[in-house]
Amino acid sequence: MSDIKKYDSEFLMKALRDMVLIRRFEEKTAQMYGLRKIGGFLHLYNGQEAVAVGAVAAIDLKTDYILTSYRDHGHALAVGMSPGSIMAEMFGKITGCARGKGGSMHMFDVERHFLGGNGIVGAQIPMATGVAFKQAYLKDGGVTLCFFGDGAIHQGAFHESLNLAKIWKLPAVYIVENNQFGMGTAVNRVSGIEDFHVKAEGYGLQGKIINGMDFLDVYEGLREVAQDARQNGNAWVIDLKTYRYKGHSASDPAKYRTKDELESYKQQDPIVQLKSRMIDAGVLSEEQYRKLDDEVKEEVQAAVDFAEKSEEPALHTMYEDILA
Amino acid sequence: MPEIQMREAIRQAMDEEMERDENVFLLGEEVGQYNGAYKVSKGLLDKYGERRVKDTPIAELGFTGLAVGAATVGLRPIVEWMTFNFALLALDQVVNNAAKMRHMSGGQMKVPIVFRGANGPAEYLSSQHSQALQSYFVHVPGLKVIAPSTPYDAKGLLKTAIRDDNPVVMMESEMTYGLTGEVPEEEYLIPFGKADIKRKGKDVTLISYSKPVHMVLRAAERLAEMGIEAEVVDLRSLRPLDEETIYASVRKTNRAVIVDESWPMASVGSHVAWLVSRNCFDDLDAPVELVSSEDVPMPYNHTLELAVQPTVEKIVDAVKRVTYKE
Repeated sequence: MSDIKKYDSEFLMKALRDMVLIRRFEEKTAQMYGLRKIGGFLHLYNGQEAVAVGAVAAIDLKTDYILTSYRDHGHALAVGMSPGSIMAEMFGKITGCARGKGGSMHMFDVERHFLGGNGIVGAQIPMATGVAFKQAYLKDGGVTLCFFGDGAIHQGAFHESLNLAKIWKLPAVYIVENNQFGMGTAVNRVSGIEDFHVKAEGYGLQGKIINGMDFLDVYEGLREVAQDARQNGNAWVIDLKTYRYKGHSASDPAKYRTKDELESYKQQDPIVQLKSRMIDAGVLSEEQYRKLDDEVKEEVQAAVDFAEKSEEPALHTMYEDILA
Repeated sequence: MPEIQMREAIRQAMDEEMERDENVFLLGEEVGQYNGAYKVSKGLLDKYGERRVKDTPIAELGFTGLAVGAATVGLRPIVEWMTFNFALLALDQVVNNAAKMRHMSGGQMKVPIVFRGANGPAEYLSSQHSQALQSYFVHVPGLKVIAPSTPYDAKGLLKTAIRDDNPVVMMESEMTYGLTGEVPEEEYLIPFGKADIKRKGKDVTLISYSKPVHMVLRAAERLAEMGIEAEVVDLRSLRPLDEETIYASVRKTNRAVIVDESWPMASVGSHVAWLVSRNCFDDLDAPVELVSSEDVPMPYNHTLELAVQPTVEKIVDAVKRVTYKE
């Protein structure tokens, strides 16, 4: 376990706040889905907060990029997108980040170098490889983090990308957010191996396991490999062990796993862990935490109010945003 | 004006645009050291080096997706698919990513990329290597699709494609890479959405695109000997489609025959036939005819494979039907 005393309180407070924001935002999102304010597929990030927040802290989005799958709210919030633009997108409003055209699965913020939000399992992996190709082509010192679930690892797109990243020395970090289930199917039922970082070896790349339930482990682990990727053109495969508390999507009651299993992960909850370590280190009090949590709840409510009050897109907008 | 082969015209377009813009690069199977499976990219590796001319593994999905990603962050890739038969492996990246990124991001992203390669029936190759797959691409909003028939059109359209900020699919033809035609030495571009009248006539409109245009022109000569003056409209650009030029011609001749080497169902030909039937209804003196390939996979046997495709005879017969000369 990393030494929390190395870090200043501002850095830790930001991380804690970002994780709490994701948790509270997702709780509210599930509620809004129940009220049918949000339709379609909804994939929640509860439990995986340390991954997106640790990853964003580990890189510099002025030069670096992030791409992910349809479980994208956490990454969108972590890169600093306004909760209002995300909630409004899910409400299908014109003020949403994609003008109501993308919905829950397709959050984008090009200015913040967050390139979505991809709804086809594994389809963002070759694209992310191409973003890393640009970074190598222009030698701009950037690195691309590509997130996907354990369900995507068996797609050809993943394997073809690893090979391309190796032969062209691309600064890409492939991060399996290994939450143990591809939709309702447990990893061990569809995979011959348990730890996915070993896939790197077959392509001449390096792999590593990182504990995704701990913010500092994610931060330190990814910072190290991102540096190697940007400086030496080495792509990496990271098996980031995490766990999603909710079903695959909002319509999934998750009957394929036991309460005990879920409880055992909740014992290692990333927010509870960071909070208690910060309290132990003397950089956080219970009172400060309650204040932070109250602020976050207000921020999330403001996002809902913004989405509620926003306009529906006009019909003519259906013809827009197709061609440049 | 110099006469050059189709492959040289395509190469000139890539060469000129690569010279003009450092962000343009070429990738695909055998495009570099081997100089291209059909020698379209000959000499480009020597001139631009391995940074900009990339030999890829045989992994269409991977390298196509890589190019789409590179395009979203400012590069301008040209993806060469050895043939469109193999491009089916990459279809997810074209349909779900290249054509959708701008839309799903609410207009934040653009995808300036060209996908090009050989499409359509060739010879003695059987059904996996001899098929016209334009419907797969033309069907999709968010893509532009061009299918030139001459070296002049190919060069001018490809240069436009490389400068376009959207995904453009250019469908070439294996059988026409050696075809020669006049191409000026000075620079020119051909805009999308403009059909070209390849022959003027007053009695019937023949609408086609890509390789079959040459067969249609031969049919027009045969028809002229019979006293029928056919107008030949070469669509050149399939999406966007130049409906204006099609209708203007049909309104003049009052008869339309569409020639398309793909299968008849859900094809460019069947779509144009519907457009003409609907929008020129009052001007038509006969039902619109469609000469397509037979609705079967391509056989290896040469007699059979020729019988599957449009022929001069089939086109002449269709014209006889619409002019009531049977």
